[in-house]
Amino acid sequence: MKVVVCTKQTPSTTADLTVNPDGSVSWEDPGGKPNVVNPWDEYSIEEGIRLKENHGASDVIAITMGSEESQEALKTALAMGCTEAILLSDAAFAGVDTLGTAKVLAAAINKVEDVQIAIFGKSAIDGDTGQTAVQTACQLGWTPLTFVSAITAVGDGQITVERLLDDGKETVTAPLPVVISTVKEINEPRYPSFMGIRKASRATIPVWAAGDLSLNSVGSKVDWSKVYALPPREGSVEIIEGDSVQEKAAKLVAKLFEEKVI
Amino acid sequence: MLDFSLTEEQQQAAAMVREFGEKEILPTIKEYDRQQTMNPAALPRMAELGILGINIPVRYGGQGFDYVTLGLVCEELERIDTTLRVVMSVHMGLNSMGVLQWGGEEQKQRFLTPQARGEKYAAFGLTEPGAGSDVAGLRSTARKDGGDYIINGEKMWISLATKAHHVLWFAKTDPNAKPAHAGLTAFMVETDMRGVTTGDIHGKLGVRAGSTGWVNCQDVRVPAANRIGEEGEGFKIAMSCLDNGRYTVASGATGLTRACLEASVRYAKERETFGRPIADYQLIQQKIAWMQQWYDVSRLLYLQVGWLKNQGIRNTREVSMAKWYATDHSFKAAHEAIQVHGAYGFSDEYDVERYLRNGRGAIIYEGTSEIHQLMQAAYAFGERQDKPLRCELPAYDEAFWQG
Repeated sequence: MKVVVCTKQTPSTTADLTVNPDGSVSWEDPGGKPNVVNPWDEYSIEEGIRLKENHGASDVIAITMGSEESQEALKTALAMGCTEAILLSDAAFAGVDTLGTAKVLAAAINKVEDVQIAIFGKSAIDGDTGQTAVQTACQLGWTPLTFVSAITAVGDGQITVERLLDDGKETVTAPLPVVISTVKEINEPRYPSFMGIRKASRATIPVWAAGDLSLNSVGSKVDWSKVYALPPREGSVEIIEGDSVQEKAAKLVAKLFEEKVI
Repeated sequence: MLDFSLTEEQQQAAAMVREFGEKEILPTIKEYDRQQTMNPAALPRMAELGILGINIPVRYGGQGFDYVTLGLVCEELERIDTTLRVVMSVHMGLNSMGVLQWGGEEQKQRFLTPQARGEKYAAFGLTEPGAGSDVAGLRSTARKDGGDYIINGEKMWISLATKAHHVLWFAKTDPNAKPAHAGLTAFMVETDMRGVTTGDIHGKLGVRAGSTGWVNCQDVRVPAANRIGEEGEGFKIAMSCLDNGRYTVASGATGLTRACLEASVRYAKERETFGRPIADYQLIQQKIAWMQQWYDVSRLLYLQVGWLKNQGIRNTREVSMAKWYATDHSFKAAHEAIQVHGAYGFSDEYDVERYLRNGRGAIIYEGTSEIHQLMQAAYAFGERQDKPLRCELPAYDEAFWQG
């Protein structure tokens, strides 16, 4: 049984984003690492590795669609313990919408062969659509299991998971193969190990282009016609003065009524 | 060839240690600092993650990284808290690298391997209540008794005193030797041996979230197989251990300077006076520029030492310079960082007062700044030359380290 972890490189959560006058967006990170593995994917990568450690998966393959730079995210996945990594990169893939991404990922998963579980993070922190996992399941014709907070059993051609929903937890059993999206409650991701770092830094990551996936057309592209920075929030501080706590509280309440806050 | 680039492996290893420190140590460091106790998870986690064996060959239980990576790791650790770097100074620099350099193969298997795996913690027993810089004046003795030695004496200001399983202990085997330092011998004292007692010291100015204490040996019977090097080689062993310990102190202090710089830059942008962020004022900018300069120089100095170690080139003078410069300036950086923070910097609500307290000790231990100045002057006057040692620290050999 092979497991594929679909991951993405995103700007770091600590990056300072700037909207440039020409509408382009750039970012720098004070920690010197502007791009990272999508933070939600750390949980899916960890769960993929645990499927190998605890549920007998033979391979855990990390897949990313993106530019050459996205190799960094894949190397992090390898350093954490994924057994292989594949970069899906082609000029035709640049800027495609989530459905286009799902088509490319589905084609890659099919090409890997014998994949029983494809895992995603719940969304990517940049686009934050949360659509790709379900769309990939649709493309593959597999069962989507979203917001998974625990994988409780894998075997006999089926999988049992817990889904974390607004109203509570739901236990679901589905036949394999499945596409899973994970939530952060599922595990505590490990750090890359030193041995893993060494292995990853020496790995040559294969690149699959549209031709390798027999894809003629990928889908529609997304155009960001206008990007602008949000206006800064204005705020001010007023200290309520008074001789006693009671007086200060009374003044505060009067003020809140006056401002129609309460 | 001059190449200042770091490999992907070195950068990723440093990033991993940074992530560990930020996630697992930083959130609670102030609490442990106030309580004057070590976070009980710190050592086991450093062991589990392989940090305690970072630059030891894989064949001896380590992670097989080079000496430069050790420096980078120490920089990241002390950026979080000095106590984490102190662990590396004693466990790795002063003890494990000493065994790597001077230990026999059987000793590497018996001591170095469990230390590099983090199964055993290691400390360094040189300083005594009455002997710090004056190493030859130490009073601990080791008397030959059949195939064993009987060790007596007390060691003071020992990091990890109550945590360590192995203490590299220096004692006089020949109290009448002339010069006195020729009578010193090194032993690996195991703290579960009969007659070994340990205790913690509290009330320190800094490194309060660390473990510092004393170790006492009362008629402790140590087999000759635990003697590191030959009789009379103790002083040379101690000094070469210090060449390695000072490297970790220098690189760690560089991390402390970086922490001061980062905290000051952040605060200077946030804090406003007279309607403008204080970052706009030139006297604040000057402090930031100083900190950047001190960081850059400290880092270049320690990375040079890391390179020399990788090449197997003796670096006693260079590491002394790096340690002296980096520690003096990390303390200055903390002093300036407090000034940038104003009254808030004087309170433990912010980290910079802890940086100042933590930075002070390193100007004393592993050679006071005064000792390093004497050393530098002696080299400059041609009065000091480093003679080859019977056992040199092995150059980093990737095939051997990772094989």
